[in-house]
Amino acid sequence: MHNHARHKAGHGVKLGSLGKKARAEIVGLDETGIATPLQAGELERRLIEMGLVEGAVIEVLHEGFPRRDPMAVRVSDHTVALRRAEANAVIVQVIEE
Amino acid sequence: MTHHKPPPPPRIALVGNPNCGKTALFNAMTGARQKVANYAGVTVERKEGLFVSPAGTRVKVIDLPGTYSLRARSPDEEVTRDVVLGRMEDEEVPEAIVCVADATNLRLNLRLVLELKKLDRPIILALNMMDEAEKQGMTIDAAELSAALGIPVVPTVAIQTGGVQALLDQIDRTIQVAETEGFAPVHAQCGWSEPNAHDLRDYHREVERIIALSVTSPTRPHLATHRIDTVLLHPAAGLAILLTLLFLMFQAVFTWARLPMELIDGGLTLVKGLVDANMADGPLRSLLTDGVIAGVGSVVIFLPQILVLFLFIQILEDSGYMARAAFLLDRLMGGVGLHGRAFIPLLSSFACAVPGIMAARTIENRADRIATIMIAPLMTCSARLPVYTLIIAAFVPQRDVLGGWVGLPGLVMFALYAAGILSGLIVAFVLKRTILHGAREPLLMQLPAYRLPRPRNVALGLFERAKAFLTRAGTTIFALMVVIWFLASYPGAPEGATEPAIHYSIAGMIGHFLEPVLAPIGFNWQIAVALVPGMAAREVAVGVLGTIYALSDSGDSLRSSLGGLLAASWSLPTALSLLAWYVFAPQCIATLGVVRRELNSLVWPAVMFVFLTGLAYLAAFTTYRVAVAVLGG
Ligand SMILES: Nc1nc2c(ncn2[C@@H]2O[C@H](COP(=O)(O)OP(=O)(O)O)[C@@H](O)[C@H]2O)c(=O)[nH]1
Ligand SMILES: [Mg+2]
Repeated sequence: MHNHARHKAGHGVKLGSLGKKARAEIVGLDETGIATPLQAGELERRLIEMGLVEGAVIEVLHEGFPRRDPMAVRVSDHTVALRRAEANAVIVQVIEE
Repeated sequence: MTHHKPPPPPRIALVGNPNCGKTALFNAMTGARQKVANYAGVTVERKEGLFVSPAGTRVKVIDLPGTYSLRARSPDEEVTRDVVLGRMEDEEVPEAIVCVADATNLRLNLRLVLELKKLDRPIILALNMMDEAEKQGMTIDAAELSAALGIPVVPTVAIQTGGVQALLDQIDRTIQVAETEGFAPVHAQCGWSEPNAHDLRDYHREVERIIALSVTSPTRPHLATHRIDTVLLHPAAGLAILLTLLFLMFQAVFTWARLPMELIDGGLTLVKGLVDANMADGPLRSLLTDGVIAGVGSVVIFLPQILVLFLFIQILEDSGYMARAAFLLDRLMGGVGLHGRAFIPLLSSFACAVPGIMAARTIENRADRIATIMIAPLMTCSARLPVYTLIIAAFVPQRDVLGGWVGLPGLVMFALYAAGILSGLIVAFVLKRTILHGAREPLLMQLPAYRLPRPRNVALGLFERAKAFLTRAGTTIFALMVVIWFLASYPGAPEGATEPAIHYSIAGMIGHFLEPVLAPIGFNWQIAVALVPGMAAREVAVGVLGTIYALSDSGDSLRSSLGGLLAASWSLPTALSLLAWYVFAPQCIATLGVVRRELNSLVWPAVMFVFLTGLAYLAAFTTYRVAVAVLGG
């Protein structure tokens, strides 16, 4: 479904480590080691409900202040704001143009 | 079905993601025939309306809080889940569900539709914002979508006349089908159970399949929104714009409301004059002029300011800017342990802490929510405006500063608001570091596309506000003012009294009794009297002062305005001390009540009352002492 001309660089990195304008495809969700007050498995479910799920192509649109946190990410045709801490549960492969 | 008694009107519930246009659709269907059980701002409370369908059936509609899933994450979303599942007490299961979806943004909405389908109830999908979808070059095959989902799908444009006709027609058809088949049993076992991550991925795949079948969309949507956000979400420019916006908002509360307030004031004086001229002197005339007109009137006069404030909040809400404000402030508010989403409840609290505290329902985590609720009353609510305005008008000279851009009274007002905000942040910091510590709830929110707020929707929202405020003034405040007038008038002065009669009244006695406690912070007995009913409704304090000074005015008719009277009888330190007191103003009963209800605890309202009273006393004491030392008593 995605453009074949682009190629994905290397293996998975965390969404929380991406900078502005980066484009990537989500390859997995892994909430281990993320500090939240939520029950186990809950962060993953919420991420899926916001469209952050394997196969979705995302683009980092905006960054907050200070420390470039939170981040606004376009997921297919909507935009989701999330903190970098939680974005680290999303494993992506960067798409190089 | 028997025809002895007309059956109750069928009820439909509007369910959908936040910002998909549920409220706009609700307004389009019901017009002004709606009943909001509580305050405006964000859709937190139960909103019910009535309309007559094209086939002539009376139908009830309920506007529910936005949600992404029936797996409610916050108390706010629990309302939606419980109504839809028929778990809500005193609330029948709706006969049909209208799932509202933003057509430009179908994925998350369709996932919810798939979940709702498990309920086995009549569902209609309203594809709202079709005008936007067309503008963006999207084509949606409604028939294909309907076939794939197995439910009727109708396109709507909630903001155009006739834009909901297709939906109304479909509601008729759905009701007819339901009627011939007999309405589903009210407490039927439904097929819904909380989905796990695996189910959610399945839903997601199904949505992708359906979208591939029925939607063709352009590659880069929301270009305008993206461009605007490049500025409004810019770390520096965005924050500067947010601050400017808030500052303008508070300036506008003053300048725009001035003229209508003068008109109301003029009207009241006119009525008072008429009463004085046409009625014999006596208790009834005193009740009318000193109790009702001076008391209730001095509260009603603030309607324009409250409306201006709500106008701003409503526009920010409808345009989609509120989510941006939460984004901009999340990290900064995180410094004191607050959630970015706390911004909306806190901003609403500037209008009134009650809807503000209720809006905190959108914060899922209990510790985060308590912290937000505890500081909500420190955001200066509009009921405190009357007090501020009165004292500032009486004691702060009208002078332009900063090259004529800002008036000195406006600046003082801004300082008072800032003091409230600052102390709120400090309190939150302390709370989150001590009794409420723990990680913050994840942010995870959608940034909706910008929409031009619609005058009609804004007007309907404001109309609800005005209605609520005037009802309150006409009932609670009116009753309180009559009581106060009575307490301030009886018993009358004894023979050969030297002081004005109020001195000897019950109110006078209460005031004199409290005076020793309040003397260290510079309050006289008149203020002491005003503080007690001020607990019931803060704005009443002004009304009480109005009544007390009207009754104790010993014929000096030159000083007709309350402000003038105060300027003549209070010292500047006393005025400043009262301002400082009101920054923290121990809670009005309504706020304490809503805290109890929202947190289902007696401890937290008690804690709130004690710490606010303590802070108020401390602030007033410090202000008074410093002012006396600097200015002289
Ligand atoms: N262009 C367009 N805007 C709409 C439509 N329906 C709602 N809106 C706007 O979308 C914004 C959010 O609508 P609202 O009813 O508050 O959404 P809610 O959060 O679901 O209640 C408002 O500014 C509405 O004026 C529509 O059909 N077309
Ligand atoms: Mg709404």
